Amino acid sequence: MTERMTGAQALVRALEHMGVDTMFGIPGGAILPAYDPLYDSTKVRHVLVRHEQGAGHAAEGYAQATGRVGVCMATSGPGATNLVTPIADAYMDSVPIVAITGQVASAAIGTDAFQEADISGITMPITKHNFLVTDPADIARTIMEAFHIASTGRPGPVLVDISKDALQAETTFSWPPTMQLPGYRPVTRPHSKQIREAAKLIAESHRPVLYVGGGVHKAGASEELLQLAELTNIPVVTTLMARGTFPDSHPQHMGMPGMHGSVSAVGALQQSDLIVALGVRFDDRVTGQLSSFAPHAKIVHADIDPAEISKNRHADVPIVGDCKEVIADLINAVRAVETQGDYAEWWSTLNGYKKTYPLGYEPAPEGSLSPQYVMERLSSIVGPDAYYVAGVGQHQMWASQFIDYENPGTFINSGGLGTMGFAVPAAMGAKMGRPDATVWAIDGDGCFQMTNQELATCTLEGVPIKIAVINNGNLGMVRQWQTLFYEERYSNVDLQTTRRIPDFVKLAEAYGCVGLRCERPEDVDAVIKKAMEINDVPVVVDFVVHKDAMVWPMVAAGTSNDDIQIARDMAPRWENEDE
Amino acid sequence: MSRHTLSVLVENKPGVLARVSALFSRRGFNIDSLAVGQTEHDDISRITIVVSVEELPLEQVTKQLNKLVNVLKIVELDPGQSVQRELMLIKVRADAETRSHVLELVQLFRARCVDVAADAVTIEVTGTSDKLEAFVKVLEPFGIKELVQSGLVAIGRGARSITDRSLRALDRTA
Repeated sequence: MTERMTGAQALVRALEHMGVDTMFGIPGGAILPAYDPLYDSTKVRHVLVRHEQGAGHAAEGYAQATGRVGVCMATSGPGATNLVTPIADAYMDSVPIVAITGQVASAAIGTDAFQEADISGITMPITKHNFLVTDPADIARTIMEAFHIASTGRPGPVLVDISKDALQAETTFSWPPTMQLPGYRPVTRPHSKQIREAAKLIAESHRPVLYVGGGVHKAGASEELLQLAELTNIPVVTTLMARGTFPDSHPQHMGMPGMHGSVSAVGALQQSDLIVALGVRFDDRVTGQLSSFAPHAKIVHADIDPAEISKNRHADVPIVGDCKEVIADLINAVRAVETQGDYAEWWSTLNGYKKTYPLGYEPAPEGSLSPQYVMERLSSIVGPDAYYVAGVGQHQMWASQFIDYENPGTFINSGGLGTMGFAVPAAMGAKMGRPDATVWAIDGDGCFQMTNQELATCTLEGVPIKIAVINNGNLGMVRQWQTLFYEERYSNVDLQTTRRIPDFVKLAEAYGCVGLRCERPEDVDAVIKKAMEINDVPVVVDFVVHKDAMVWPMVAAGTSNDDIQIARDMAPRWENEDE
Repeated sequence: MSRHTLSVLVENKPGVLARVSALFSRRGFNIDSLAVGQTEHDDISRITIVVSVEELPLEQVTKQLNKLVNVLKIVELDPGQSVQRELMLIKVRADAETRSHVLELVQLFRARCVDVAADAVTIEVTGTSDKLEAFVKVLEPFGIKELVQSGLVAIGRGARSITDRSLRALDRTA
């Protein structure tokens, strides 16, 4: 059935048909026509945010907590350019979002009109795909294509830029439209020969590791992963993007690899003879100096994006496919192989590392609070059923290290782009996607000051998230590097937030939230419990922590994983070091 | 580094050339030559790119190109199994005294004289990069006033067409 309506109505109808229940945005001149029919929609709840960056990160948080496509909307020019950071963030972390932007009228495009920016040109390198729509008849089809591209294959952001005249003009609407994407054919079925080859390598290996990344949870394959791990008895490392995909409490879990990974996880990769890489991209933060990464390991690399395979490290067995299918097929193939690997010696080495070099931290100076201790207490009191959404920096690493994740997708953070300011809006989006779950944002005092205006949105929209501000008064990670690599010359890192400018408790109250403060270790439990009891408004807890805490272990940028330090100038002793 | 000729079939839509060329610069690959034009099918354009890279980076850039939604197909054309041509227009100094000598070279290289003025001629020549290079070299002593060159275009030898299957994919969605 076809109906006559405006392009703007077609847009809203298309969003309704795509099942959008929540979207985030701010109106403005060029997108105004779309906001009129949106006002009448009973299916789509539009959340008015305070800054478009907040809309983008909220869409990401919503997408990561629900597995569905997150949607944000902005006007032309500055509205659209404010979406650039979250779009780039979603591109790096493969988060499915659709960003809809208004564009100046098609006749004005290219004339430097008021609030004109070439947002499709600007976002070309940071979107999976983007569209510029100037014909109202194309709107419904383009929206369907955008959702399809964002959510299938390797997920990612898609931008749809629609000119104002296309929104205003009349068109005919019919649903469903026919997609026209002849060049888009993601491969999901793995090649059976490669699967058999991988199973053979697993059986022949003596020191194998499952290197698990964000792609496994995105494929919904954590159960299959658990089966494969237990069937083969292979140790598992989970990257920053995969925390929770494999339970932290599982004896086969070695921790997080990489720059701030555990000795057992880094050591497992470095000393392995076979890495089975699932939904990962051999990021430089994991490999350290690439030429010395896992020098004796053969690589089985499975990913849905063929371009990731052999991009950084040559894959001996490349497998293109969806991780759920890949792992399910691997399980069958491993069962079909007669011989099973014997990893007793390997386990004794790795368990030795785990026991000798557990994650730890130096105690805080007398009377002050350790950030790591705050994480540990959050982990035990709040528990593994909550969502934890981190910003970027030291607090993010501690949140990854000292909170125990048992459930896939419960740690949401900005991994690839490293976007400070991610936490508050992303937590808002996650909470709107999972209203029944407890959502804790873990933020730094630097990050928090970048996007905390969305607290107003949270309060007014009834989104009672909880925010732990790990306040050390400094841009802590930068300060750590200055301590280690710039002779303690602390150039431009002192935010002086411990002087209470701003006062985060008052700031919280100004936004209609409850503000709490905690400065002593003995108060931590009570404050967390109090925050857990407040469920009608957002809660901000200002955890004032000591500024000299550092993130350890650490592999200095550009150096070999073998040179990991467990504390300043302290290296672990590897087994068989003189081999 | 070795030279590779890639034939990239793309949807004939605005901005596709920008997507392809931006991808090369973003991923750090230098394009030696680029030519774009229509094909026998209205909905398909063909971009021919010559790039100097090692085998591994070539594989990476091909995979990245394949990820562009508007890219339908990529084929690397082996110089031995394909016909490869560039077009060059050269304005060279030639007065009454030297003109006949220049025209002789035009004949030798199977080029064509397309414009004649009192003290210059403009020559059109097509061929492989090597041939064009050689031609420029022999004209240099006369004085080259202006030179313009197209990107390389290439097509595989034999009866097979690389557009057939892409056409079928397009038909299915139409």
